[in-house]
Amino acid sequence: MSDSAATLGHGLAGTVTKRDFLKLVTGAGAAIGGAAFAWTLIDSMNPSADVLALSALELDLRPIAEGSGITVRWQGKPIFVRHRTPGEIRQAETVPLSLLIDPKADSARVKPDHAQWIVLIGICTHLGCVPLGNKPTDPRGDWGGWFCPCHGSQYDTSGRVRHGPAPANLALPPYAFETDAKIKIG
Amino acid sequence: MRAVRSIFTCVLLGGLAAGGIAAAPALAQDAPTPPHQQWSWEGPFGTYDLAAAQRGFQVYSEVCSACHSMKELHYRDLAGIGLSPRQIKAIAAAVTVPDGVDDQGSPKEAPGTPGSQFRSPFPNDQAARAALNGALPPDLSEIVNAREGHADYVYAILNGFSDPPPGFKLQAGLNYNEYFPGHQIAMPQPLHDGQVTYADGTPNTVPQMAHDVVTFLAWAANPELVQRKQIGWRVVLFLVVMTGLTYAVKRKVWADVEH
Amino acid sequence: MAGQQHDSNFSNPVIQWIDTRLPIFTMLQKEYAVFPTPKNFNYFWNFGALAMVILMIMIATGILLAMNYQPNTHLAFDSVQHIMRDVNYGWLIRYLHENGASMFFIVTYIHMFRGLYYGSYKKPRELLWMLGVVILLLMMATAFMGYVLPWGQMSYWGATVITNLFSAFPIVGHPIVTWLWGGFSVDNPTLNRFFSLHYLLPFVLVGVIFLHVAALHVVGSNNPLGIDVKSPQDTVPFHPYYTAKDSVGICVFLLIFAIIVFFMPNLLSDPNNFIPANPLQTPSDIVPEWYFLPFYAILRSIPNKLAGVCLMFGSILVLFVLPWLDTSPVRSARFRPIYRQLIWVWVAAVIGLGICGANKPIGIWVVLSRIFALYYYLHFLVILPVLGKLERPLPLPDSISRPVIGGGGGPLPGGATAKPMEKA
Repeated sequence: MSDSAATLGHGLAGTVTKRDFLKLVTGAGAAIGGAAFAWTLIDSMNPSADVLALSALELDLRPIAEGSGITVRWQGKPIFVRHRTPGEIRQAETVPLSLLIDPKADSARVKPDHAQWIVLIGICTHLGCVPLGNKPTDPRGDWGGWFCPCHGSQYDTSGRVRHGPAPANLALPPYAFETDAKIKIG
Repeated sequence: MRAVRSIFTCVLLGGLAAGGIAAAPALAQDAPTPPHQQWSWEGPFGTYDLAAAQRGFQVYSEVCSACHSMKELHYRDLAGIGLSPRQIKAIAAAVTVPDGVDDQGSPKEAPGTPGSQFRSPFPNDQAARAALNGALPPDLSEIVNAREGHADYVYAILNGFSDPPPGFKLQAGLNYNEYFPGHQIAMPQPLHDGQVTYADGTPNTVPQMAHDVVTFLAWAANPELVQRKQIGWRVVLFLVVMTGLTYAVKRKVWADVEH
Repeated sequence: MAGQQHDSNFSNPVIQWIDTRLPIFTMLQKEYAVFPTPKNFNYFWNFGALAMVILMIMIATGILLAMNYQPNTHLAFDSVQHIMRDVNYGWLIRYLHENGASMFFIVTYIHMFRGLYYGSYKKPRELLWMLGVVILLLMMATAFMGYVLPWGQMSYWGATVITNLFSAFPIVGHPIVTWLWGGFSVDNPTLNRFFSLHYLLPFVLVGVIFLHVAALHVVGSNNPLGIDVKSPQDTVPFHPYYTAKDSVGICVFLLIFAIIVFFMPNLLSDPNNFIPANPLQTPSDIVPEWYFLPFYAILRSIPNKLAGVCLMFGSILVLFVLPWLDTSPVRSARFRPIYRQLIWVWVAAVIGLGICGANKPIGIWVVLSRIFALYYYLHFLVILPVLGKLERPLPLPDSISRPVIGGGGGPLPGGATAKPMEKA
């Protein structure tokens, strides 16, 4: 039962330490169990399997005529895929970088040996509207690329901004060529 | 101690009650209880026999899917029975699935992708009934859960077709089945010996095909089973340890109290 | 007294700052940490804490489910499938919630049994008991609506049968049912509003539970002897004594819960609810969840619809007046030799009613359900009032600290108190 005062020093301290260790282990166990349970609840809010299945999109390029482009949805965003004419490719490659608002070489914005395909995230870098320019009949701006009707930003055939108020080039999504006629976005 | 006795009595009565309640449904039907089969996923350590599930998927694809949808499944789910991404892509691409509307506004189809829902044989219930003399084949995604007797029942149905016993009045258009409640089922016998050729050379008898397709259907109804039981063991072990620890702490805390 | 801060002395400056402005820590210290609790509780006294634990689990899992559930008749069933198949750990959250409902009722029924056995409903705890009955009613409403949400066959037909009951009331019956449905049958408006109310009621429940615990704290807990606390020697501070003991109970409870959820999650499920709701096809047996079976049996035992409804609701409402029906001056069944046997007969009748509720209302089951229902009411309306007057109770001990009369084990050493709580 209660220790006498004489043994209060080490003895009691020893009893206290053992009891505290047990409580510590038990408390730690409870905390770990609680955290593991909480993790399942938190992880349930991460993208579910059906959302993840849509995280990549395969696209057949054959129906896209030269000089024309299409818009597809990937992860909720519009993606422009345009089949550039040789004239458009030459325009894009020969622009001096010093003339660009956001200087980037065209070669860095296309895949090697596939310069006729430009794949862009079709969201204007100004305030997020979707620019026009995929169909040959659309307004394409003065540089033959895309024209944003909201505030007048204009992009060239490489998707680079040439006229503001947009501050940056159209962004590039991750993509790769599976075959010459098929790309996988994401 | 009195408390222990009281709790024991509670548990005993509760057990009797559970027995009474569990016995109840069997009284309601006139069909015999389906015999119990050995299934690979039963018990606390059960898992799905993936080879059987894959064969069962083949049986579903080649036989059952002519009439039965499995709308809750997507082709990507087949990774759960051990198929590779390439195999899944090929299986999905081999069927055409609804793909929105064309430029004229008419519904169009396209080859399936892994993200596609399993292709349904009929666009809606009315089309199914029209094609099948008014019968509606149930969706099979949850069939193993949705029937009393579960996997044993589905297996018994598939093996239970026979000629009606003498004196039994079988209505036109229906088929005699020993285990179907009322014994008259709209589905004609779906499986026949030799019907599906298995790549792995497993004999394709009706009982074997039934066993495989029921394994596949059981997986389809409860795909999380293996992960659930694995996590379950860890949780149970953890809680057994925690019960011991908390009991030790309780004894220590109460050591100096007369109670 | 404006501008005065609460007098508070915690060593931690942050806690001190908060407590002087809003004395939650003082309140916790008083109502939880040092709260004098009878030291002779048995494990039946764990069940209130267990009920709180399972309620927290139900709210947490429920909120997560609501992130993915769609309360529309065309989408509901598929949304539950989506949760089970595609949402990370969705199957776990769903099974915890589904089986958690059953665990909540098991725990609550045992908690109520403790009250019945040990006379915890008697003066001065009548209001505490009545708040408990309100909690039971709220639980039943919540569970009933929750079961409709998956929109399976049993969800739909159970909802149809039970909402139709209200049409038994004369004149106002049919308008009430139409109002409940929001239409002319159980359909989308019904499902939508059940989802809204199912989300709301658990928080109402939390409020009533707060009142329930507050009412308890005014009078203090009962104990297995049923006698009042006479001195501080009869009690221990709730913390650490009952914190420690409750954690044992919580671990055992979670262990049983885990075995069910991980190894037999569909033990208590009706196969019919795996079939999407079909208003044109009634299942051959409409059966509610197990925790409603005794009441269902009472309902079906009477051929008259209105009488059946009244007797069913009456079986719960009679609990409200229990403190006045039981005339015995002695609380605990330990000292009531006849009541102690008869309460088990009553329990057997309730379980018997449950078994009847699971079976078709034909033949022997109707007869049995009438006998058991009669006995259920007999117990409360006849036996309890009469028994209190006629029964000769056993002699009560002097106090909790001296539970043995006539110095059986010798008087306890004077001043045997709980060891003072050690500072952390």
